[in-house]
Amino acid sequence: METALAVLVAILVTSSLYLMTSGHMVRFLFGLLLLSNAANLVIFAAGRLTYAEPALIAPGALAPAGSVANALPQALVLTAIVISFGLLAFALVLVYRAHQSLGTVDSDEMRVAEPRDGGEA
Amino acid sequence: MVLLTAPILIALSTAVLTLFAAGDRRLQQSLSVLGSVALLVASLLLAGTVLNDGPIAATMGGWSAPFGITLAADMLSAAMVVITGVIAVATTVYGLADIDPAAERVGYHSLLHGLLAGVCGAFLTADIFNLYVWFEVMLIASFGLLALGGTRAQLDGAVKYVALNLVSTVAFLIAVGLLYGATGTLNMAELRIAVRALDDDTVVLVTAAMFLFTFGVKAALFPVFFWLPASYHTPSVAVSAIFAGLLTKVGVYALIRVFTLIYDTEMPLLQGLLLTVAALTMLTGVLGAAAQNDVRRILSFHIISQIGYMILGLALFTPLALVGAIFYVIHHIIVKANLFFVGGVIRRLTGSEDLARTGGLWARSPWLAVLFLVPALSLAGIPPLSGFWAKFVVVKASLDAEHYVVAAVALLVGLLTIYSMSKIWLEAFWKAHPDPAFEARPMSGVESVALVGPVIALALITVAIGLAAAPFLDVAIVAAEQLVDPEAYTRAVLGALP
Repeated sequence: METALAVLVAILVTSSLYLMTSGHMVRFLFGLLLLSNAANLVIFAAGRLTYAEPALIAPGALAPAGSVANALPQALVLTAIVISFGLLAFALVLVYRAHQSLGTVDSDEMRVAEPRDGGEA
Repeated sequence: MVLLTAPILIALSTAVLTLFAAGDRRLQQSLSVLGSVALLVASLLLAGTVLNDGPIAATMGGWSAPFGITLAADMLSAAMVVITGVIAVATTVYGLADIDPAAERVGYHSLLHGLLAGVCGAFLTADIFNLYVWFEVMLIASFGLLALGGTRAQLDGAVKYVALNLVSTVAFLIAVGLLYGATGTLNMAELRIAVRALDDDTVVLVTAAMFLFTFGVKAALFPVFFWLPASYHTPSVAVSAIFAGLLTKVGVYALIRVFTLIYDTEMPLLQGLLLTVAALTMLTGVLGAAAQNDVRRILSFHIISQIGYMILGLALFTPLALVGAIFYVIHHIIVKANLFFVGGVIRRLTGSEDLARTGGLWARSPWLAVLFLVPALSLAGIPPLSGFWAKFVVVKASLDAEHYVVAAVALLVGLLTIYSMSKIWLEAFWKAHPDPAFEARPMSGVESVALVGPVIALALITVAIGLAAAPFLDVAIVAAEQLVDPEAYTRAVLGALP
């Protein structure tokens, strides 16, 4: 199971690198989305994949009985999903606004802040 | 407990309060300045306690370490929080005359204090995943501040800043995941023990490389600094000053923390890489600055070159070199924010930041020319200003460690820095304005106080650090000792654990 996940992560990372190096901001964002999902899978696999019970503690007890799934990676992934959702939403709006006002999403042509002739921004 | 959470809570509550005061500009401004002053006071109390009692720690929500999230402050953290407070006060005061009322209405103050909360959180946490979360808080606030106003140049700069910083963030997350998979803990003090117990060098090197990449992007190291010169000159002056002073230094702090506490920086592979990166960062930054003709773009490249000195201090990893790195960070934050403030005053008076379209300010306001010289000469390392001691300690440490090439690079970069600084001085102050009919735009009394007050205050701090360097060096020495031997820090974080 870990091997399958590792292969999946490798596929996600290579596809995202391909998309991110295309110089097109929308493809860059899709690449970023794939990359953040790859990161979530890495954390998930790092917590060890087992067939185990959910980590529920009986009323009155201090520790769960028997072997249970590791709840920490799940909490980390959940946090990471929420954060990356917010960041991607912002990035999408930003790229849309940039497209509206700059008229391009090709990163090679976006030279307003750093003009080629070195003049004032 | 209160001491550790206070800086974060003050910044967060100021962010919320200014959001509710959105209809009343005066109230927002007073809350903002008040919040910064409170932050400074809280940070000074924290630093006083740490200086007297050594590192302190507190667990959040009653979950004891290493399971819960622990906040901890040693001398380095406390000093960084104090400097955050100083810059916060200077920026909010400067912003009174610099920030567009429209930007204030749509949340400038909330974003600024959100940013401060993220920065303080990053300095105070002792949990690596929590560090990631604070980085995100800081990042999303900085995205907002950068794009606020929405000019074409800002949007262009913001796209590059956002894109490259998000990549580094994902790398951070993957590194945390891998490190957790290998060690089973996220507590940085326990990670120190767990990483040293690993018998697999591959895991250590892979995660170390990923942390170096991710914090390297935040700190704008060679070759991953491109987002910085693309964006730092585009927002309002107050925003670019706090970015220039504070934000990249959070990356430097994270590098210092992770590579002294968790990893063993004396691994030959790691140390060689850090030394090379430090030298190339110094050189590319200063050469990039020489090619620019715009005040804030010159200064932006100089941020990069100065970061090289701090990383050099870390890479050498002798006690003296760490003292140099810490002293350098403290001195640099003050000086760099101040240079951006002066750049803003130049723009305010002449209407331009392009050096070809400025000039004649020596005749108009010689006091400003002198005020510019204080941080400019300090940046270049001219005695008796703060930058001299910072450079002196770092260069001395590299000579002691027999790394003569990097020492030579450090000295050469200092010379080239003088070139850039004298370029700004000659073009903006000394030469006559290209337009003979030029009249400097007058500033109102309130504007003068708000814009020049922070410049004077930070210049005085620079002179004070230069003339009475001993107490500041003493603090840096205490901080460096706690980094070299983090026993007190780990004991504070882990409590009675072995």
